[in-house]
Amino acid sequence: MADLKDFRLECPLPLNDNERVQLAHGGGGRRMHELLENLLLPSFGNDMLLERHDGATLNIAGAKLAFTTDSYVVRPLFFPGGDIGTLAINGTVNDLAMCGARPLYLSSAFILEEGMPMETLRRVVESMRVSARAAKVQLVTGDTKVVDKGKGDEIFINTAGIGVVAHGLTISPRSVRSGDAILLSGDVGRHGIAIMATREGLSFESAIESDCAPLWEPVAALLAAGVEIHCLRDLTRGGLSSGLIEIAETAGLRMAIEESLVPVREEVMGACEILGLEPLYLANEGRFLAFVPQRDVERGLEILRRFDVSRGAACIGEVRVHPAGLVTMKSRLGTERILDMLSGEQLPRIC
Amino acid sequence: MKYVDEYRDAAAAQEYAAAIVRTVTRPWTIMEICGGQTHTIVKYGIDELLPKAVTLVHGPGCPVCVTPVELIDKAWQIAARPDVIFCSFGDMLRVPGTTGDLFSVKARGGDVRIVYSPVDAVEIAKQNPAKQVVFFAVGFETTAPANAMSVYRAKQIGLKNYSVLVSHVLVPPAMEAILNSPTNQVQGFLAAGHVCTVMGYVEYYPIAAKYRVPIVVTGFEPLDLLHGIYMCVSQLEQGRAEVENQYARSVRREGNTTAQDLMAKVFCVVDRKWRGLGGIPQSGLGLTAQYAEFDAEARFGLSAYTAEEDAECISGLIMQGVRKPEECSAYGTRCTPDHPLGAPMVSSEGACAAYYRYRRLRTHAPVVAGGSSRG
Repeated sequence: MADLKDFRLECPLPLNDNERVQLAHGGGGRRMHELLENLLLPSFGNDMLLERHDGATLNIAGAKLAFTTDSYVVRPLFFPGGDIGTLAINGTVNDLAMCGARPLYLSSAFILEEGMPMETLRRVVESMRVSARAAKVQLVTGDTKVVDKGKGDEIFINTAGIGVVAHGLTISPRSVRSGDAILLSGDVGRHGIAIMATREGLSFESAIESDCAPLWEPVAALLAAGVEIHCLRDLTRGGLSSGLIEIAETAGLRMAIEESLVPVREEVMGACEILGLEPLYLANEGRFLAFVPQRDVERGLEILRRFDVSRGAACIGEVRVHPAGLVTMKSRLGTERILDMLSGEQLPRIC
Repeated sequence: MKYVDEYRDAAAAQEYAAAIVRTVTRPWTIMEICGGQTHTIVKYGIDELLPKAVTLVHGPGCPVCVTPVELIDKAWQIAARPDVIFCSFGDMLRVPGTTGDLFSVKARGGDVRIVYSPVDAVEIAKQNPAKQVVFFAVGFETTAPANAMSVYRAKQIGLKNYSVLVSHVLVPPAMEAILNSPTNQVQGFLAAGHVCTVMGYVEYYPIAAKYRVPIVVTGFEPLDLLHGIYMCVSQLEQGRAEVENQYARSVRREGNTTAQDLMAKVFCVVDRKWRGLGGIPQSGLGLTAQYAEFDAEARFGLSAYTAEEDAECISGLIMQGVRKPEECSAYGTRCTPDHPLGAPMVSSEGACAAYYRYRRLRTHAPVVAGGSSRG
């Protein structure tokens, strides 16, 4: 099969611009995947890592545990709907939830820049305290380092988390089956626009707030009701499109969605029109996909809609076989196109 | 969303498509000028709604795509200087020059910033008097007024540390270059709505008359394009070659005269090199003598620098509508958005990027045309 990766291997061009790390290598798009494929997976490859899930599921002395880590380097530190502290807790809690694990314990490591106002740190720590309590997790270990002024950007946070898996399902991209329904827990794109608007000083008629929130509760409710979850994926960098593409590629199946079924708030749509961005590629921090058999669709949606964080849940499409590894979207005009992974982050266009 | 959804209505689109089917009796080739229109066409599959007799070819109206590689190199060299803050629209940062793209300068420590308006770059210059602030002034007539405003304002307030790297190009000379080409296949144009919002459409009358081509000023939403195509094929079928305005909700005959006056103060018409198309006489804008002090090329001693484009990239043929992206031997193989040979593969308005992003199906190997497609 004419797989693009095959072509890339025989690409004769000197990859000069890949000889230094660029922002796109952390942008959640194709460049970041290249880094994973070419450097990290070959170096550390093992069965758990190769699952390419949001966290690893480990069997330790008879207990099934989920383990994950994430680093937070967001600018601005504070934005409508959250801050770096809420992200540092919820991001890791959500990665555990996406393994179907009840989040229990987190570690937290701070890298602080010399001269950073102590008040900023206090605010971030208070956010983390409140978020941890809301997500019912405890911070049980941590570390603090300070780097010279100018060698950091005020504050970087890393959190790692452990959760317990108390069900018999294998929640993983490889469990996705043809015919599965694709459930989306709510409207997409708000976090990306909230960050961009604050960072660039753009103001819109109504403030767009990040959707940053913990996702374990709705996942727990789905599991408790016996919904047969095949896979979960929280939609962060790279947005809905990248989440779907990653699963399509890992599962070797086609994700077929419909544009008109994907919820996007009017103000997010408006901001995207102005900036030339696509909401399906914008970052989220409180949205996830659930892949379930068709028989569980109605019940799954009804359960998700009980929670504030997933009140706007919708079924946006289904999994098919061909063409394998692709995401296709039916447009409002009834025509069909593919959704491709971006190189790095979306760039606002010229005109 | 109001003012957007009504231009993406499926039933109305089907009606326009049916009207086009009823109108067309023989094959016609129409070019949409603007890359924004190309993306709407490919993204929404507009061409799939059309009868086979209507062929859409994609024009040169992607400002990123037509910026010659030597200008990208100049930007790279300026941005690499430690005394410079280099400001650009985001689109330009991923375009490859011979030494790399602007992101690679940034990775090497260059101060490269994305701005949303050139006026923001003037602000940055005011706030950083010890630095040279350079704005990458690219684009068609659409971006020229704002770029002119930044230079005008810089002169007004006496800024000595602001300059612009100018690569402005104009639509009408490019249309004439396409029509004069011996390989031309274009029988009708959809003119770029936003360019006409600034310039109006009076300047298209002589082109329509001289070359006997219909020119329909067209918007960017799916229904705009279908309506524009309908108006264009109607003219072709009736043997008319007139200038018509589909995008009347934005475009007036005379355009935005305030913007034109400002452009005329700051810019004058000059010869320009186009990526893929070569030099076209009187096809771009440069700074007038009165504003020459803001010319970044002169300020940084780069006026004489030249560079050759990648020989394998057939962007010139694609932007003249002679080839489709899938007919390029490098498309999807040696040229992808991650490793582009030319700008049309990275720009958000580039034809190759549109095909790659929306149309590529992995079950279909990229179409590999014969050696003849090499530019």
